[in-house]
Amino acid sequence: MTALVPKLPDRRPGNGRGRLLLAAALVGAAGLLAAACSGGDGDAASAADCEPGQTDGDLAFYNWAEYIDEELLTAFEAETGINVEYTTYESNEEMLSKVESGAAIYDLVVPSDYMVDTMRRDGLLLELNFDAIPNSANIGSEFDNPPFDPEHKYSVAYQWGTTGIGMSYEVLDLLGGESTWAVIFDPGTAALVPGSISMLDDAPETVSAALKYLGYSIEDVINNQNEDAVREAGELLRATNDRLLKYDSVTFGDDLVNGEVDVAHGWSGGFFLSFFEADAYDDYTYTIPVEGGVRWVDNMAIPHNADNICSAHAMINFLTDAENGATLTNWTYYGSPNAASTPYILDEILEDPGIYPPPEVDARLELIPHAGDMALLIQDMHTQAKS
Amino acid sequence: MQPARRPRAGTGSSGEAAAAQAKRRQGMLLASPGALYLLIFFVVPLALISVYSFATRTSTGRTSLSGWNVESYEAIGDDIILGIIGRSAWLATLTTALCLAVGYPFAYYLATRPRHVRAILLVLVMIPFWTNGLVRVFAIRFLLGSNGPASALSESLGFGTFRILFTPTAVTIGMVYSFLTLMVLPLYVALERMDWSLTEAARDLYAGGSKAFWKVTLPLTKSGIVAGSVLVFVPSFGSYVVPDILGGAKTLLIGSYIARQFRDARNWPLGAALSVLLIAAMLIAVALNQRSGSGAEGGDRRRARRRGRAADEAEPVTAAV
Repeated sequence: MTALVPKLPDRRPGNGRGRLLLAAALVGAAGLLAAACSGGDGDAASAADCEPGQTDGDLAFYNWAEYIDEELLTAFEAETGINVEYTTYESNEEMLSKVESGAAIYDLVVPSDYMVDTMRRDGLLLELNFDAIPNSANIGSEFDNPPFDPEHKYSVAYQWGTTGIGMSYEVLDLLGGESTWAVIFDPGTAALVPGSISMLDDAPETVSAALKYLGYSIEDVINNQNEDAVREAGELLRATNDRLLKYDSVTFGDDLVNGEVDVAHGWSGGFFLSFFEADAYDDYTYTIPVEGGVRWVDNMAIPHNADNICSAHAMINFLTDAENGATLTNWTYYGSPNAASTPYILDEILEDPGIYPPPEVDARLELIPHAGDMALLIQDMHTQAKS
Repeated sequence: MQPARRPRAGTGSSGEAAAAQAKRRQGMLLASPGALYLLIFFVVPLALISVYSFATRTSTGRTSLSGWNVESYEAIGDDIILGIIGRSAWLATLTTALCLAVGYPFAYYLATRPRHVRAILLVLVMIPFWTNGLVRVFAIRFLLGSNGPASALSESLGFGTFRILFTPTAVTIGMVYSFLTLMVLPLYVALERMDWSLTEAARDLYAGGSKAFWKVTLPLTKSGIVAGSVLVFVPSFGSYVVPDILGGAKTLLIGSYIARQFRDARNWPLGAALSVLLIAAMLIAVALNQRSGSGAEGGDRRRARRRGRAADEAEPVTAAV
């Protein structure tokens, strides 16, 4: 097992009497009020008082599925003597709903960029005590000022990756060896593709891809709440809908290696996993379009209601160690934010432009910012494309 | 559908009244687990959904309960949403019509077989129903896929590759397959219970085969047609697994749209408002069916009693539905 797939959203995805109904409605309303009161306090707790490596009980670690070499967990247990209760999720929203409702208590979670922003704004994250995480100095300077965590108080980068296009080398040759969003959005270029095309079933991703093709900066558009640009992207998506075989956020990599589609919009790790499992690295490649694409960063963070805060700090410190950080990437095949890890990372990973893009492409990668009120418009554009 | 109404307890002696009361108490006791279950898992969630539908979405996607409003209900008037509702209604109607067209002759065939054959055939009808719906939909996906058997057959016959998966046609095929049993069983019950001597009488009176069917058989099985249609229409209107898996999520239907509000868009008030609307529409449909159905049922029962035939024979099937 080498590569893996986080970033995947959910796979899966009744007579009584008047008095009884009234009683139930009252019970329900009371429950709601309780939920509203308990979750609504916007103040994040202040930084915890922990020494580096100090633990205060078993660690409840809630992470993306297939996102860690479990030997690291074993090593952490051996080093600290505490147990790690490791559970996994498949979408940021799944994790958010658990943390928000308090249905389960976690000490450490791994939200993506925009989700750090959402949780931070809603007071769901604890301020970190960086004195207890000396290894955080290993994290590369480009991760120092995350726009989703302005004062960099709540998060430490875990892994990063990109959203781009998976295709066969054959199709890449037809495009003149250069990957471009036009293969999806321009009718003439798309006509070069012998088979079908698929896109992610994810509103922020499809709208961002369209914005990139139209030459916009995603960050500019969203930070300036440029609705016209989003609507223009929506129109483009609507015009593209009929050209697509389907929208899929789960099996896009498998569909590509199985020949169901020839061009697929998707997350880097999903493709690497499918290429690895089908032994298809010689035929298929993951590419970042020349116009640039979406970058995402997953981050370690501590929920506001965590029990064992020092243990969580100890784990963050452990995973930001140079060698341990490399072990993460050598297993996940995602980019490591850990600058000190580079000497320990496999050459095949460092040399893969789909994982570590050349500087000129890297400069064209953008994070999708927290969209605030425009989030609904972005959802509408994705919905409207399918109408 | 069981003729459950018991004769009222006599008001003659007080002993009888006490016995009747004890009986009623026993009845309530027996019903309480079911009632409790419905209270916790149906009434409470429904109340929560209703409350949420009047709430507000904050800019971070949290649901704020301060400031009640009907904005979510107003948003339903939006062109995008009306389009989705219209498309869902059309697809559900098409599914119901196709299920009826396929299911009626099939139920007719079943009901006219000798008793022992009928039992075997009925089990065969029910077997797929015992299999997980998701598994069945994935099976269809494999069958219709461009690498699947349907495509291989089409290619070997010289019709070229078969591109049907991820089209509305594939969704319709999947929906009809998923819900056909729900149509066949009520139709079978209605046909099986029907008094065939009435059709014979029609033939004796010189009605042709088709005329006897249209004028006698069909009206007599109206209750089954209505029940089956409601049973198919309701779940296919809200269906979200089939359109997403077989339609490639390209044609958005109301079920998927609601799921999306709770999941991706984090717009719980809109999702809740749409759910309330959907449930209200279903309740009205079921109530209408109950009214028209009970009339027909009453007729069937009277005839059955007159002929001294046990209407109960067919009950287990209905219960299974």
